[in-house]
Amino acid sequence: MAALHFHNVTLGYDRHPAVHHLNGEVASGALVAVIGPNGAGKSTLLRGIVGILKPLDGSIHLGGLDSRDIAYLPQSAEIDRSFPISVFDFVGTGLWRGTGLFGGIGKAARDKILRAIAAVGLNGFENRPIGTLSGGQMQRVLFARVLLQDASLIVLDEPFNAIDSKTTADLLALVKNWHTEGRTVLAALHDMEMVRTHFSETLVLARGPVAWGPTAEVLTPENLMVAMRMCEAFDDSAAACAGDDGRSQAA
Amino acid sequence: MAYDALIGPFTEFEFMRRALAAVIALSLAGAPIGVFLMLRRMSLVGDAMAHAILPGAAVGFLLSGLNLFAMTAGGLIAGFAVAILAGVVARSTGLKEDASLATFYLASLALGVTIVSIKGTNIDLLHVLFGNILAMDDQTLLVVAFNATVTLLVLAVIYRPLVIESVDPLFLRTVSRAGGPAHLAFLALVVINLVNGFQALGTLLAVGLMILPAGIARFWSRDLTAMICIAVIAAAVSGYAGLVLSFQTRVPSGPAIILVATVLYVASVLFGRVGGIVRQLFPGRHLEA
Repeated sequence: MAALHFHNVTLGYDRHPAVHHLNGEVASGALVAVIGPNGAGKSTLLRGIVGILKPLDGSIHLGGLDSRDIAYLPQSAEIDRSFPISVFDFVGTGLWRGTGLFGGIGKAARDKILRAIAAVGLNGFENRPIGTLSGGQMQRVLFARVLLQDASLIVLDEPFNAIDSKTTADLLALVKNWHTEGRTVLAALHDMEMVRTHFSETLVLARGPVAWGPTAEVLTPENLMVAMRMCEAFDDSAAACAGDDGRSQAA
Repeated sequence: MAYDALIGPFTEFEFMRRALAAVIALSLAGAPIGVFLMLRRMSLVGDAMAHAILPGAAVGFLLSGLNLFAMTAGGLIAGFAVAILAGVVARSTGLKEDASLATFYLASLALGVTIVSIKGTNIDLLHVLFGNILAMDDQTLLVVAFNATVTLLVLAVIYRPLVIESVDPLFLRTVSRAGGPAHLAFLALVVINLVNGFQALGTLLAVGLMILPAGIARFWSRDLTAMICIAVIAAAVSGYAGLVLSFQTRVPSGPAIILVATVLYVASVLFGRVGGIVRQLFPGRHLEA
């Protein structure tokens, strides 16, 4: 069963597409890497999937999932780190699905939060304000919140950027664990070695799909070269798109 | 002696008791709103809103004379219109909220002044500008208390999304649609509390009892709940001390309250536990971990 279905999706800003005419589907429980150079449209695609960005054209079907079933870890979260909130409370916001506006945080929920914080290796940080954390620690906190969200679709936008190898290894283990639990995971990544080793399926993106399928078949020098040569075509006076130009169903 | 100076005015005079009740109500509701205004970097938005209310109150005054209900209604209508229009424009166009608000409050101010000039009355808006808490009657006090109660109830309802939207708006957008309504409700609370404050402190100083206590609290705690409690206490203490100061020295009550809050603010900047100047100059020996 498909967790995600793209039907001729075009996503972009102010009529300018960042991703053109994407067709295809992500199977439930898949572990998919989305790769491509800067400006390829990876983040835009992920924003479209989680519903922050509406498609300019086409549609994205979530296979019966509610927006609450999706956990999203953005690349540059608009988090106000100066806000006076502790690690415990911040991670606890991941329970929104269960608590909503008024739901109480009882002992069971508190234990859950503590377990999530422990799972990302931040024991003892519960009462620290988030403003005092390092970049890597903050990323661990964000992963702890994703853990608590208990979502069936997890969307991660460059989750290992500017993070040391130990933290990367720890967080990657969490990602693989989510996959083992049958959750669908999509991650925008730049580390080809990591993709090759740990991700079974890959979408190579360059403002449109270059290739999509099993990583071993898709991650070829030819495909990567095509993606690298991608033109960052932003033209203020561009004509209206005539439609699917044949790149739609790559792979 | 101390009793006569500090407690006596309140046991002796009914208008002082009313004024004290009013500042406590204003502190309970306005200070938490001020904390969120500050943390959401909207302190000056509060100030702009205060200006937006002025023409509405002036129109109320023109239509019904010195009737506080008419002026309150006028202020509320003007304030809500500006707050909601600015919020809607900011959210639907991507224009920053401050820019959007600046446009609307300037338009509101210009409209108010135009209406006043057409009427051609040289109205005495001094008490609208600077308030007079000592002249508060029972009815007005009830209005102030009612508004404070509504504020606390609505704040309790929107507290969770308001906190999450303040710290991580993108996250809230992915899990809930409560962010937009919570933000608009918060702007409405800002307006209600500004209108509430202008009866006591005037439009120009109303925002003072919201923002100054919040600024004070920032220097004493890193925890949101503690900050809100400190802000409420700081506002109530400023209100009480300002009333005593006003009673003993005949300084107008509104400015006296804000001046006391300013003294507390300066003391907090100097001696505050969190980022105070003295603490920064003499931080003590560093810790092990």
